[in-house]
Amino acid sequence: MSTLTEQLTREQLEQLWKSMCLAERLDTRIRAGIRRGEFATVIWPSRGQEAVSAGAALALREDDRLVTTYRGLHDHVAKGVPLTEIIGEVLGTSTGASRGKGGTMHIADPAHGVMMTTGIVGSGVPVGVGLALAAKKDGSDRVTVVSFGDGATNTGSFHEGVNLAATWKLPVVFLCQNNLYAEMTPVEETMAIDRVADRAKGVGMPGVTVDGNDPVATYNAVKDAVELARAGGGPTLVEAVTFRFEGHYAGDTGHYIPDEQLKRQKALDPMETFPRTLRDAGFTDADIEKIREDAGAEVEAAIKETVKAAPPTTEEITSDVYANGLVVSHE
Amino acid sequence: MSKTRKISIREAINEALDESLRTDPKVFLLGEDLADPAAGVNAVTRGLATAYGNDRVMNTPISEAAIIGAAIGAAFEGYKPVAEIMIMDFIGIAMDQIVNHAAKARYMSGGRTTCPITIRTSIFAGTGSGGTHSQSLEAWFMHVPGMKVVYPSNPADAKGLLLSAIEDPDPVLFIEASRLYGAKGEVPEGDGIRIPLGKADVKRQGSDVTIISWGLAMMTALAAAEVLASEGIEAEVLDMRTLLPLDMEAVIGSVSRTRRAVIAHNATVVAGPGAEIAAQIATKLFGELNAPVQRVGAKFTPIPSRASEAAVTLSVDDIVRAAKDTMGKQDNA
Repeated sequence: MSTLTEQLTREQLEQLWKSMCLAERLDTRIRAGIRRGEFATVIWPSRGQEAVSAGAALALREDDRLVTTYRGLHDHVAKGVPLTEIIGEVLGTSTGASRGKGGTMHIADPAHGVMMTTGIVGSGVPVGVGLALAAKKDGSDRVTVVSFGDGATNTGSFHEGVNLAATWKLPVVFLCQNNLYAEMTPVEETMAIDRVADRAKGVGMPGVTVDGNDPVATYNAVKDAVELARAGGGPTLVEAVTFRFEGHYAGDTGHYIPDEQLKRQKALDPMETFPRTLRDAGFTDADIEKIREDAGAEVEAAIKETVKAAPPTTEEITSDVYANGLVVSHE
Repeated sequence: MSKTRKISIREAINEALDESLRTDPKVFLLGEDLADPAAGVNAVTRGLATAYGNDRVMNTPISEAAIIGAAIGAAFEGYKPVAEIMIMDFIGIAMDQIVNHAAKARYMSGGRTTCPITIRTSIFAGTGSGGTHSQSLEAWFMHVPGMKVVYPSNPADAKGLLLSAIEDPDPVLFIEASRLYGAKGEVPEGDGIRIPLGKADVKRQGSDVTIISWGLAMMTALAAAEVLASEGIEAEVLDMRTLLPLDMEAVIGSVSRTRRAVIAHNATVVAGPGAEIAAQIATKLFGELNAPVQRVGAKFTPIPSRASEAAVTLSVDDIVRAAKDTMGKQDNA
């Protein structure tokens, strides 16, 4: 439990919990819909990682940029992408963020700073570096957060990107959501170091490890990194250690996750532990449940509104390949 | 018409970059060794960092994925980065950034983001640099929806096409032939010279057979046309200039007159750019062709060392022989 809780206002704590509840309800509801045949789609569950994105987003302004990954629904929710746009994209309707042409793995909403969601592990890092480069060129103090998993830190793109950001002292925060599994492989089988944050030393930037199941701790770590970046101090690698309770994708049972580990992690589930923090801060059980129920209702309403939306037309599907309506054809 | 003067492709590209940096504050260059005093192995960017500063002409680490990724991110924010991948063979390291992100950004965001980057790269074919420094890989990018691919053959085209590429709202791969950097030609003086992307150009008129080519292979194609002319065969030589999108209207227009086509490129013939062009000609002009469409290019081997490079790559003889085949005349040599 964070000792810094008292520094947050009631509104901030409420915002953290609301963001976590929306993300958890959204993820759970879509998986339920797939399971019972209500709709056919694919998601990469973020159940268990809600506290990381809620905490990080609380440290950001609306004009700060975010690049995230295919396992990013909780990040999208936290950064303010409207639920109907997220669900529309997950279900492939023309009401989605990308008119149903991107899919779950490719949600962009520049109005809320979400510039790219990538389906290629590690590839968001160099793009986030470019967003930060633009901020520096603009003379703006906006900050870019690049969110990715532990597996991404084993890619060349990650190493190339963080080195460039550190060399050019760019305003970017690299947020590793270390959920202990890269797809289906546990983290200890893919790296010889205990802490992803240690990778920061190799390029000359700060690296911190934080309890990613604690949204307040995550908020504080990201806030420090964001402040450093805004002040021209360059990038930070923040490793938020958390856990992914579901499989790699909806339908993967996660059979490779040992029972003992799952049991140990269940006790740390942020959706169970954060209410204790809220109670300590003066929230009643009724307050806490009300936010959770409201989030569920909001998700349900957005699903209801979206499932009846049409998929994109043929004309929409073939547009936006090039600017100015250029169509390349072999016919 | 504006006045012209004779300059090299290297100078023409430098002038285009200079004009872009001078007239558009959103343009910046990034890549390995670009800044003065090094100014790159190809010396194309010489003097630009001195004139515009190291914030506009940015030296990068040897990190191709980061170079392109940084360009993409900046482009999302309204910049028009010109990123250099020194030699085309290195582009594989940046392939994910180009193919999965730059090319698809507009589509996968439903038009919410756009990625107006220009990627300059050079093909070292003909320099004797061997298998990892000599490939002509333009076909890789012609296969990717969202990309544009440009490969000029002379200074005037290089300048006008590069300026159009930098101003283009889509990601453009701009290919330069190392062997052609010193090649000189007449280029109009002053700013504002533009050549539209996607428009082929007839570099030699003829009525017997159309030779379709681009980039470095244009030298070979024009030389082959001279050999053919000395034997009484008038070849029309079409410079595609832009490979994606392809100006098939120009191809079909020319071949429907000559009724014979030879496609000549430095890339390997197998699944090369010529395959697409040949297929489209065959589909559209099936009943009008006097001979099957011929394709000539590199043998299907990696590029060998200097001593043997010429043995596997496109030659004047290859084109002459193919053109004669379409004329129904056998080469007696």
